[in-house]
Amino acid sequence: MFAYEFMQNAFLASTFIALTTGIVGVFVTARGMSFLAHTLSEIGFAGAAFAVFVGIRPLDGMLLTTILSSVTVGKLSVRASRREASISAVSSLFTGLGILFLALSAKSSSYATTILFGSIIGISRADVWQLIGLAASVLVTMSLAYRALAFDSFDAVGAQAQGLRRNLIGIYFLLILAVSVSIGAQIVGSLLVFILLTLPPSVAKYLGRTLPQMLAISVGTALIGVWAGLVLGYYTNWPVTFFIAAIECAFYFGALLIHRRRD
Amino acid sequence: MDTPLLTVDHLSFGFHDRPLYSDLSFTLARGSMTSLIGANGVGKTTLIRLIMGQLAPQTGTITQAADMRLGYVPQFRNIDPEYPLSLRSFIQLNQRRHWHPWHTTGEQRELDAVIAECGLTARQHQLLGKASGGEKQKAYLAQALLTRPNFLILDEATASLDINTKTELMTLVRELNRQRDLTVLFVTHDLELARAYTDQYLLLTPAGHELRATTEMDAAHMPAELRPTEEVR
Repeated sequence: MFAYEFMQNAFLASTFIALTTGIVGVFVTARGMSFLAHTLSEIGFAGAAFAVFVGIRPLDGMLLTTILSSVTVGKLSVRASRREASISAVSSLFTGLGILFLALSAKSSSYATTILFGSIIGISRADVWQLIGLAASVLVTMSLAYRALAFDSFDAVGAQAQGLRRNLIGIYFLLILAVSVSIGAQIVGSLLVFILLTLPPSVAKYLGRTLPQMLAISVGTALIGVWAGLVLGYYTNWPVTFFIAAIECAFYFGALLIHRRRD
Repeated sequence: MDTPLLTVDHLSFGFHDRPLYSDLSFTLARGSMTSLIGANGVGKTTLIRLIMGQLAPQTGTITQAADMRLGYVPQFRNIDPEYPLSLRSFIQLNQRRHWHPWHTTGEQRELDAVIAECGLTARQHQLLGKASGGEKQKAYLAQALLTRPNFLILDEATASLDINTKTELMTLVRELNRQRDLTVLFVTHDLELARAYTDQYLLLTPAGHELRATTEMDAAHMPAELRPTEEVR
């Protein structure tokens, strides 16, 4: 299996992506931003479709739109009373735009499947390096901002009381969320990227008690999911995304069951 | 005599249509324990925000001692029953002397000491979301103590607690006050606690303010909302 370069590429890229989404996801759930990750992935879909339309790489289009819109969408969703309606409006607009761009570029069906459901098998070595670079930029800056980000995400009131610069932390987090959504979509597609950003951290939330434990569980769950998904996809020829979704869901419901038993 | 830790001099402040204080002056001596009392809406929280520098006085000054290190325990915390971190991990969030993600042995020792000081050693690995009201308050307190403050503001820390837990928490605060020479400003509605655990009280009313020893407190002259008979929870 590893004799094939496309499988090497897929494993290499998936490992870094799972590492990133596993870690970023813990903060996404702590900050109550799962819905925002979902909206960003729909915006990313529009960006990828736009990229196809103008002839640049889908990942670049996705990064461009998610990064540009993340702070605005983040602001829209601050007030819980308006959150659902605003987010639904933005989601539908961008999903619509995505369909429009695909239609205009006249390549719709195969590209739509690729963007929506992912295509980790078949990415080039150059793509792999770009993904690793993006993942590394998220992970390195996160290790620098870790303590402030952890405080702000797990105890916003305390962070405020201690005079942390919460605005700055919030904006930084939206930017790395945008990058994480874009790279996560390369494996499972924009439609299902929240699988990687919310299910492993939810498992971690049920089973861990400290932040390092949660990060380890989340990354572990994400890694097992993508690795096993690739292997099963290789031997069955079924979509990798299906296996990843099924495995992560199994982990999630398993963790929920353990959590219920403990209570 | 030592310089006071905090001096508020002829402070006035108000919002557009609602003046709160016109000429507020008081000092807090080092190691003192003061209750800040007053009816709802009289400006207790605003005064704290002024002291913390989140709001600026309209006239007058607030002078802090050069070595003042403020610790603030806010009134409301959004900790739901599903909150995932243990008490220990929650308290540790405020440990930010180093930037790197891992905590040094020195930091762990410091954390152990604060947890022990707050009487949480046996319960430190419990989930915060499942902890009792008293344990939660102690964890909030421990978290604020991690930065080694010499001035601690407790905003309605006892409001949601039963009487035994209130007493336990205030005994702890009193001990910290003595052992660490910690100056405490305790915002409360509870005259009984103010009298039992603090040396002096600062009463804010729409008509003005007074700073007196708690031994001189006369409940009958307090605003109706604060009188003990109405404080049954």
